[in-house]
Amino acid sequence: MSAFVWLTILTALRILARNRMRAGLTMLGIVIGVAAVIAMVSIGEGAKRAVQAQIATMGTNVIVIFPGVTSASGVRGSQGSAMTLTVSDALDLKKRVPLLADTGWAKRDVMQIVYGNRNWNGPINGISPSYLTIRDWSFTSGGPFTQTDLESAARVALIGQTIVGNLFEPGEEPVGAVIRIKNVPFRVIGVLAPKGQSAQGADQDDVIFIPFSTAERKVFGTSFIGSVGAMFGSTDQVEDLPMAAEQIREVLRSRHRIQTEQEDDFTIRTQVDIGKVQEGTSETLTMMLFAIASVSLLVGGIGIMNILLVSVTERTREIGVRMAVGAKRRHIVMQFLIEAMTLSLVGGALGIVLGVAGAKLTTLIAGWPTIISGNVILLAFFFSLVVGLFFGLYPANKAARLNPIEALRYE
Amino acid sequence: MAALIECEDVWKIYRVGDMEVQALRGLSLTIEQGEFVAIMGSSGSGKSTLMNILGCLDQPTKGRYRLNGIEAGNLKPDQLAGIRNQQIGFVFQSFNLIPRTSALENAQLPLFYRGLSLKEQRAQAAAALGRVGLQGREHHYPTQLSGGQQQRVAIARALVTSPSLLLADEPTGNLDTQSSQEIMRILETLNRDEGITIILVTHEVDVAAYAAREIVIKDGQVLSDRVTKARSTAIPVGG
Repeated sequence: MSAFVWLTILTALRILARNRMRAGLTMLGIVIGVAAVIAMVSIGEGAKRAVQAQIATMGTNVIVIFPGVTSASGVRGSQGSAMTLTVSDALDLKKRVPLLADTGWAKRDVMQIVYGNRNWNGPINGISPSYLTIRDWSFTSGGPFTQTDLESAARVALIGQTIVGNLFEPGEEPVGAVIRIKNVPFRVIGVLAPKGQSAQGADQDDVIFIPFSTAERKVFGTSFIGSVGAMFGSTDQVEDLPMAAEQIREVLRSRHRIQTEQEDDFTIRTQVDIGKVQEGTSETLTMMLFAIASVSLLVGGIGIMNILLVSVTERTREIGVRMAVGAKRRHIVMQFLIEAMTLSLVGGALGIVLGVAGAKLTTLIAGWPTIISGNVILLAFFFSLVVGLFFGLYPANKAARLNPIEALRYE
Repeated sequence: MAALIECEDVWKIYRVGDMEVQALRGLSLTIEQGEFVAIMGSSGSGKSTLMNILGCLDQPTKGRYRLNGIEAGNLKPDQLAGIRNQQIGFVFQSFNLIPRTSALENAQLPLFYRGLSLKEQRAQAAAALGRVGLQGREHHYPTQLSGGQQQRVAIARALVTSPSLLLADEPTGNLDTQSSQEIMRILETLNRDEGITIILVTHEVDVAAYAAREIVIKDGQVLSDRVTKARSTAIPVGG
């Protein structure tokens, strides 16, 4: 049997080679379909991976709690406009929600920063030291400030790469330099490692961190002492995030004395929630790709079926001869199925080459990240095979059902 | 020993629209192993239908046809294909070689469906081509061969399985006189020296003259059946 299959494959290849133009045109549908799918999946995967990497820059297993909105006579302010979250909320949460490994808090405002004769307007963040660990900030030089710095409202600052680029000469060491924020001198004690864009597209490196107490007392001059812009928590296990979020909600509702029928005066977002939004987007993309792939493979398959029907008619006499010398139905079926699958597999292989080239070219020209996964290639190959098999079945059966006498007489 | 071919009251009835065509009408015939028989008849006599039934390409509507003791009337298409592959070699008027396929591969074709290894297929096909005098032309394509050579490839294809029966349907119909004689001499030799049973359909008297027995068919029945030559087969016929 194996000699039969092998010879049939060789015969099929020879027939294809003989009708190169026809075979090429027939395969075009499959080639384009497979190429499009591979290229688009690669680009989609690349984009997805990039987004995942951005989400990962948030930190590990992070929960963010924003204050609610102000509401005066039914007119509601923007997200976080209320001053309902406080440092004591954060401290209490750490005690009452054991799932939380740590909590931190921050408050931000955009202010002018001056160094020498240069200046820059950037977001000043008053933070608790724990914020740095929750958000996984690391340092290219220097290091974080401490609990002591927080308690003593020390004038120390950590600056991001964008700030470094705007205030310092290339090669100049920022650690040890004194910068002025709202005319208050701060000593730079650490330079933050770059994080790049956030999932929302903001530049995360355009940032200055100073101790929360220093910010409150010496820079922001807020009248709401103790209120925070946002609170952060983290859990050890990613699975704990939803449960921790629920417990945080209960604690905050009771602390803020919110009645059962009233809305929360805060919003809780976990890293999982943010990931889900992205997953939803990529699912839509996947569905679209699936639709495109289905249509192009369908069209390609119909092309193969068409050409095989032509082939069966053209080669009626040959089929008659094969039957006369003892070909059984399955031999004839196999012959045409193998021809169909050869067409679709060669088409699929060309499509894979074209798709991979397309993806690489996209990276090269547009600079989009692309990821070519072996699974997609395998899947494309498998689908080509199935298309050949499915659309070859009808012509193959038609050939096998020919009456040998009539086939031999066919002109 | 049973005869190679036994036809007993064979009928073949076709229905063409409302018309009923009786191609064979109660035909009976016995052919022994090793015979060289010419079947003659005008067109429409039923000789093609008879050839199709003898060649297991078709089955009788009524009556019995036994080949080598096997009742062919009850077999399924795939079983018939198996019998054709094992027992019968066909030679057609129009050669029916597979185009753009070498002589060797054409001669290999029946072995292809026997599941032999490629090496065996090639060796046996080359040997068969040798028997019809086509050594050195194994890799020629049909278009590179003369009509007589093409028909010899077809004979090699028929011989390659060592069939018990070789059916030649107007084998010289498309050939010039010289090629016709060559082909007939090959068939004669195969019958005389190797004892291969040959049934030849023709309407040319000089071609039929190579056979030892002549059966004339008319209106779906045997009109005459006579021995035209003393037997000279190497293998004596039992019976």
